[in-house]
Amino acid sequence: MIEVQNIRKQYGDVVALENVSLSIQRGELFGLIGPDGAGKTTLMRILMSLLLPTAGSASMDNLDVVKDYKKVRLITGYMPGRFSLYPDLTVEENLKFFATVFGTTIEENDHLIKDIYQQIEPFKTRRAGQLSGGMKQKLALSCALIHKPEILILDEPTTGVDAVSRKEFWEMLKRLKNMGITILVSTPYMDEATLCDRIALIQEGKIMSVATPEEMMHSFPEDLWTVRSRKIYNTSKILEIIPSLISVNSFGQVLHLVTAKGQHTTESIREFLTKNGENDIIVESDKATIEDVFILLMQKHNQTV
Amino acid sequence: MINKEPVITVKNMVKRFGTFVANDNLNFEVYKGEIFGFIGANGAGKTTAIRILCGLSTPTSGEMNVAGYDIYHQTEKIKKNIGYMSQKFSLYEDLTVAENIRFFGGVYGMKITERKARTEEMLERLDLMAFKNRKIGDLPLGWKQKLAFSIAILHNPKIVFLDEPTGGVDPITRRQFWNLIYEAVQKGITVFVTTHYMDEAEYCDRVSIMSEGQIVALDTPENLKKQYNAINMDEVFLKIAR
Repeated sequence: MIEVQNIRKQYGDVVALENVSLSIQRGELFGLIGPDGAGKTTLMRILMSLLLPTAGSASMDNLDVVKDYKKVRLITGYMPGRFSLYPDLTVEENLKFFATVFGTTIEENDHLIKDIYQQIEPFKTRRAGQLSGGMKQKLALSCALIHKPEILILDEPTTGVDAVSRKEFWEMLKRLKNMGITILVSTPYMDEATLCDRIALIQEGKIMSVATPEEMMHSFPEDLWTVRSRKIYNTSKILEIIPSLISVNSFGQVLHLVTAKGQHTTESIREFLTKNGENDIIVESDKATIEDVFILLMQKHNQTV
Repeated sequence: MINKEPVITVKNMVKRFGTFVANDNLNFEVYKGEIFGFIGANGAGKTTAIRILCGLSTPTSGEMNVAGYDIYHQTEKIKKNIGYMSQKFSLYEDLTVAENIRFFGGVYGMKITERKARTEEMLERLDLMAFKNRKIGDLPLGWKQKLAFSIAILHNPKIVFLDEPTGGVDPITRRQFWNLIYEAVQKGITVFVTTHYMDEAEYCDRVSIMSEGQIVALDTPENLKKQYNAINMDEVFLKIAR
């Protein structure tokens, strides 16, 4: 449904995207996962025909994003990262405006937006600029959906949004996916990756990996251990000198220790810690999360630079 | 490390905007040398409270003391004794690294000799010596945020307020940032931090959770998890906010 081939985007000396290729299937909920400045917005803006690529090509539903840009815009809904509705229009006026621009009415596509719009309908006479963050986000999504697009492109819809609103937003995306809409969504929150069908990890303009979240977590090439201790900061300092270390990072209340495959056991790690004066430690073998995968790929990338 | 000596005292803090109550009778203390997490949904009233504590906004009523100074009459003294950084505003993009340091050092009223000595030490520690004359706008976000934090504590304040300092930052830099926070705490600086990353709530000594203008929970992460029968802070937050 979305084909990206060898896209490159350069601003002066800065390479924002380097040889990016992606293939997103019809009906997929696809996540673009990476920190700020990774190139997520640039890629989305190219797909939405708002930017021209320096090289390469992309198509959506077999329509070229450069040549057929007018048609592309009709079949896509876009929610930019910055709130870009009209702050001086009311909630209802914004929605009507977008419906009219696309030659449709709110009533015609009511079934699509009902779930979401219902939540902000009590405020329909309020100006969009006066809404809270969560409500703005719901209105923006309603506006992006009003012309019944086949593809939705959402640029960091959950950034700066609290954990509860984030969960609700992903539930909405699931429902839209079930209606057959292809969704490309970007996020800097690694924990949201597992809610996607497939994900691409992107960093410094390059795609580091593309797979289902499960595949990515299962194919973690090293050993990962969860270490619990009372003084997590001290323990992490000591683990920085353990043989065969790849990384040690705090994950909330625990440490994730990554060591080269087959070099350690829970006993050998515990022994190492005891020898260095750390007692009361729990070490368990664990599965990698997407964040672990991202950190490992970033580390490998930094080493080769 | 924490000796329960309060550096922030808030009693019956109320802030109204017209009929809207942004802060509804807040009561809490922040102790010297602790990492105090300030968590809450969007619009819960966190930013309003931080602006008051930094001396940027006057409360409607209540008694507040920050770093030993009264919030109504000694805001200038408060500003000299605190540091502040947020994701939205940190440094001037068009100034170089060195110029930003000079500017903020000046704003905080630091002596030139002191500022110079600290600048060297800081750039050395952050591995940014080579980038001294680069414009901030040319630096990656992660570097900017680490630098912004170091500048916010350049004048060795009693308290540093961090408003979502790690939003959008990559996972490695996010952790390096927290290491900087720990180092600051070891120097005796009290850290007041807001975040949407619930794993970061675990790194705090105590966490307060705000909802609709009120503090609905305040305790150590460990006690909160016990109290709400949750495996992590994410679950605690969901149980409280939903």
